[in-house]
Amino acid sequence: MDKAYPLGHTDVVEYSFTSDKGLNEDLVRKISSMKDEPEWMLDIRLKALKKYREMTMPTWGGDLSPIDFEDIHYYVRPKTQDAKTWEDVPEAIKNTFEKIGVPEAEREMLAGVKGQYDSEVVYGSLKKALSEKGVIFLSMDEGLKLYPEIVKEHFGKVIPMGDNKLAALNTAVWSGGSFVYVPNNVDVGLPLQAYFRINTENAGQFERTLIIAEEGSKMHYIEGCSAPSFSSASLHAAVVEIYVKKKAKVQYSTVQNWYKNVYNLVTKRARVEEDAEMRWVDGNLGSKLTMKYPSCILVGRRAHGEVLSIAWAGGGQHQDTGAKMIHLAPETTSQIISKSISKNGGRATYRGMIHMVPGAWGSRSKVVCDALILDEKSRSDTYPVNKIQENDVVLEHEATVSRVSEEQLLYLQSRGITAEEASAMIVNGFMEPVVKEIPMEYAIEMNRLVELEMEGSVG
Amino acid sequence: MLKIKNLKVKIEDKEILKGIDLEIMQGEVLALMGPNGSGKSSLANAVIGNPKYEVIEGEIIIEGKNILEMKPEERAKLGIMMSFQYPLAIPGVTVREMLLTAMRGRGLTVSALDLKNQIALEGEKLHIDAMLLNRSLNEGFSGGEKKKFEILQMRILKPKLLILDEVDSGLDIDALALIATNVSEMVREIGMSVLVITHYQRLLKYLEPDRVVILKEGLVVDSGGKEIVDKLEKEGYKSYG
Repeated sequence: MDKAYPLGHTDVVEYSFTSDKGLNEDLVRKISSMKDEPEWMLDIRLKALKKYREMTMPTWGGDLSPIDFEDIHYYVRPKTQDAKTWEDVPEAIKNTFEKIGVPEAEREMLAGVKGQYDSEVVYGSLKKALSEKGVIFLSMDEGLKLYPEIVKEHFGKVIPMGDNKLAALNTAVWSGGSFVYVPNNVDVGLPLQAYFRINTENAGQFERTLIIAEEGSKMHYIEGCSAPSFSSASLHAAVVEIYVKKKAKVQYSTVQNWYKNVYNLVTKRARVEEDAEMRWVDGNLGSKLTMKYPSCILVGRRAHGEVLSIAWAGGGQHQDTGAKMIHLAPETTSQIISKSISKNGGRATYRGMIHMVPGAWGSRSKVVCDALILDEKSRSDTYPVNKIQENDVVLEHEATVSRVSEEQLLYLQSRGITAEEASAMIVNGFMEPVVKEIPMEYAIEMNRLVELEMEGSVG
Repeated sequence: MLKIKNLKVKIEDKEILKGIDLEIMQGEVLALMGPNGSGKSSLANAVIGNPKYEVIEGEIIIEGKNILEMKPEERAKLGIMMSFQYPLAIPGVTVREMLLTAMRGRGLTVSALDLKNQIALEGEKLHIDAMLLNRSLNEGFSGGEKKKFEILQMRILKPKLLILDEVDSGLDIDALALIATNVSEMVREIGMSVLVITHYQRLLKYLEPDRVVILKEGLVVDSGGKEIVDKLEKEGYKSYG
């Protein structure tokens, strides 16, 4: 029983424009012209389409064969005013929101009643404070319109279109996503949250996000949410590119809880300069298959990269996640902490790479992979790859696979805690080192979700 | 308080307890002694409801209720608590979180802050390093720290029946005395009953039993007052041939 999704599909949403199924050059031109893009962006899209056609699907990860790429609407622009009302939302969904404590203001948006809630009212003052500091926080489409030079200089440079077939696909048909620019020495303060963004489209299938943190700046970006997200689209292929310039600090947190029919194939990478720090915090709870390996290219001396991730693989799910750290400069440091939980036949895979090139002397990396397997049907695999081309470096790797032991359960039960509560407590305890790094409200929701998932799971 | 009648228990098809009769009164300290493998720990595990120990015959009665069909957590809520011989580590969970869940599970309204203060106070009395209260329960703790944390939990949960399973293993004399003092206090203050399982005599110097029961090969072979401990000291278990 997977109780976090007792909900079935959401209703059909009306769209103002829906492309025909399948992908061709005309469609790419149409997307670009509907968005009124500059010629150079159309060129990039068309080149990427060509790349996409030339490249082959990755076969080393999860099973992508069920995806019918001809059966996908590559461009969908939802109506700005949806016809649905809160009354139309099934009771079960409302109950789930209630149980995990989603704030009132966000429920309607999550249920698909509104593409966005009234952000002007709620976040108008935040927006003003940001613009006074010179922070730009827009949808990618708006960013391209208003700041074409900045976009042109950075777009597709950290993740070139030919990086992988899905990055090529995203580059050809991208829509939505965020554009964030933080000027020199500005500390953004409060986390920027993707769904506070103004005038956004619905979380798209092919989101494209570009974040530029100038020298000495500091910011935290949060995307997704831990409440179940409903999507009529079965393929999501996002690209996130981040520039962390000298002495800047960026944290990018994701809590992904897509419906369990979704293929979530994401490319995320940051370029980290001298004395700068990049930290990816990544929680994957939903989707049928997620393939995602947030990466840091440590290009400047003493640059630091971190990935903290949690994967939850329930019945019918495969979480194929991990991290990549590319050490290109001396004294660069990185840390990967990956935790996975597999349950009810779910499969969790860790796939990671540490690459230290000649000349990256004095670099250090630490990798910790912990897997918790909750029953006999479930599975966990670890595929670490280390490519070390420099002698004067330190690399540590720890991996553990554990089960919730009957002794642990008995110990907690003997204190008066039910077996269900005890399992949830052990699972939450296992996730704690990563969960404590995300904002409190997300952490509480994640813990509640685990409790929901564990309900009725212990005989 | 606790009444055990003709209890037969097996583990993995091996009969360990072969018909035990035992009774503990309210506020009584009963020492259960016997050589290794005599069934002392099996008895304790059967009382707390460890599913690995299968009761094939007999009754375990707490305050008039037969608890054999109850889950371990239900028995705990009736007031049974065991201090484990080898307390388990629970990574990512502090003693506070665990006790808060346990208290609320008993239907008690407890504020997290009050509980925190109470735990800090009791921890101090047990000479527990305050830093340990913020760490994962029992993870990387020394043998002595683990046992002190068991007693700390007793202080908060205030059981009606405490089972001390080999609490003296791995403890120095100071810690042993401290634990014995804490347990004796609870006996005096709330009339807690105690089943002390040990095969050494030294614990009983600090925690004086009202009665002593000797187990051997799954059967009660002797019972009586403190004098039995002295007899054991001289003759060992051989006299029970």
